[in-house]
Amino acid sequence: MSDYVIIGNSIAAIGTIEGIRKVDTTGTITVIGNENHFVYGRPLISYMLMGKTTLEKMNYRDLSFYDDNKVETILGVEVTAIDKDKKQVALSNGSTVSYKKLMLATGSRPFLPPMKGIELVEKKTSFMTIDDALKLDSMINSESNVLVVGAGLIGLKCVEGILSKVKSITVIDLANRVLPSILDEKGSDLVKASLEKKGVKFILGESIAEFTSAATATTTQGKELSFDTLVTAVGVRPNTQLFQAIGGQVNRGIVVDTLGKTSIEDIYAGGDCAECFDISCDTQRIVAILPNAYFQGRAAGISMAGGEEPFDQAMPMNSIGFFDLHIITAGSYIGDKDIVLDDENNYKVLFTKDNKLVGFIMIGDVQRAGIYTSLIRNKTPLDSIDYTLVREHPQLMAFTLKDRQEKLGRSH
Amino acid sequence: MKRVYVNEKWCLGCRLCEYNCAFANSGMTDMVKALNNVTINPRIKVEKANGISFAVQCRHCKDPICVRACIAGALHLDEDGVIRIDDTKCVGCHSCVMACPYGAIMPSQKGVMQKCELCLQNSSKEPACVKGCPNHAIVYEER
Ligand SMILES: Cc1cc2nc3c(=O)[nH]c(=O)nc-3n(C[C@H](O)[C@H](O)[C@H](O)COP(=O)(O)OP(=O)(O)OC[C@H]3O[C@@H](n4cnc5c(N)ncnc54)[C@H](O)[C@@H]3O)c2cc1C
Repeated sequence: MSDYVIIGNSIAAIGTIEGIRKVDTTGTITVIGNENHFVYGRPLISYMLMGKTTLEKMNYRDLSFYDDNKVETILGVEVTAIDKDKKQVALSNGSTVSYKKLMLATGSRPFLPPMKGIELVEKKTSFMTIDDALKLDSMINSESNVLVVGAGLIGLKCVEGILSKVKSITVIDLANRVLPSILDEKGSDLVKASLEKKGVKFILGESIAEFTSAATATTTQGKELSFDTLVTAVGVRPNTQLFQAIGGQVNRGIVVDTLGKTSIEDIYAGGDCAECFDISCDTQRIVAILPNAYFQGRAAGISMAGGEEPFDQAMPMNSIGFFDLHIITAGSYIGDKDIVLDDENNYKVLFTKDNKLVGFIMIGDVQRAGIYTSLIRNKTPLDSIDYTLVREHPQLMAFTLKDRQEKLGRSH
Repeated sequence: MKRVYVNEKWCLGCRLCEYNCAFANSGMTDMVKALNNVTINPRIKVEKANGISFAVQCRHCKDPICVRACIAGALHLDEDGVIRIDDTKCVGCHSCVMACPYGAIMPSQKGVMQKCELCLQNSSKEPACVKGCPNHAIVYEER
């Protein structure tokens, strides 16, 4: 029996724990996670492979975190079912844990479309977890020819992680450009060109028709590929199964309100398994990014413990680098598109709608990008600031004297 | 807690705060050696336009978005209210740059991120930018 039971031991779970403890310092908390690791920054797995961090430094919180917060952990164990009437969860080790409040922080899992002959490939992995990264590291060496299926964020971060360790990397994607979820066409071209300069090969607008052996494949347009290691990074699916099985409301992700409440009493959800209201385009959707997982978890934790601090500022934002090229994007690419900067190494586009900034893409020079992010988040009317100034460079000078005094002359 | 606040109307735009910041965080004892012929990379930056100028550095927010956005658990809101970065954990992903509404976090020479930590742990012991400001355009006080 635990007052609070959390399924999943990642970012949303940590937000939940910190949220609960803000309100309730004594209630018992149990976290059940099927990855047998101390909580780590999931996005760090590629940085670990390229040597920018180490396994020992990837812990997302101090090693005393669970003790400090009086959290019992059950790791390496999966929750197999929820009984909402008895208010308990069943575990893969045969035991059960009862709860007063339950948090679903189950994240997402790799999605693999059926690919003919994939069972022939021996050296293959997805790229979502520390264990995936360690497995990949053990499969590759300086002679490896790696095939990455998927030119999205996860596929390309994987490429960055291992490029210096292997002989060649080929990336294939059905989309005709890289990072289509966060870049426009010009942005995609710039990033693709910079990766090509580093030696990455791309096959775009095509997919794998068939794996013809453990080391060969043909593409939909008949190209023959040879490789020895396969990384699949096609997409992810939210882990909503447990909740769906008990009749909970699920669209693409678990439906929650800004307090993290689901359609079932005493069950909460947040992070990559849940939807949220994206304020940059007024749409209910999954925003699968780390800050969102933290904020949704925290709001849920606070309300589980009886408090109320809604998280109502969700929107996509990504900061992703490939070698020395930085990319920061946020919001939605709707409304008027204004290309402010477009040269060989830099690209900047602002999207405005109804007198507001609703989205931006910055590649290369990303200094002070957060000022743009805050304009989106706060829905700042653009006629209340010096838009000409801020359009050129994100800067506080663009705000009125009164706003500047508020920002720089008060505690926040 | 004491924070650094800006009195914009007194700012001369002299950028001494930037130099004092760079020196205080250089770990060196000789200002000339620390700053001579170096392009400084301070954690405080003066904005200037149309005859107006003011300095911007970390506001040490009570509910910091940068800390929440950090993918590495490298940024912390410490018990004394100061937001600090563990540069051994930072991987330089720039998520904090994406999140900070003041534009007050920037890369260091090491390729990881740096930010104002109020000089409490360097040899200055209190904000060097404030100490050296000739016109009290930045102050370190409780508000
Ligand atoms: C390679 C990579 C790079 C990324 N880079 C970035 C980035 O730069 N910036 C960014 O913002 N985001 C990035 N992301 C996305 C970010 O990692 C996620 O948004 C974030 O981890 C979501 O946190 P979460 O807690 O909701 O879910 P997850 O991190 O997915 O964690 C859910 C956990 O729950 C466990 N679980 C699921 N079901 C059960 C069950 N039934 N029983 C027990 N345990 C269960 C899972 O195994 C997992 O450990 C990246 C992701 C990947 C894979």
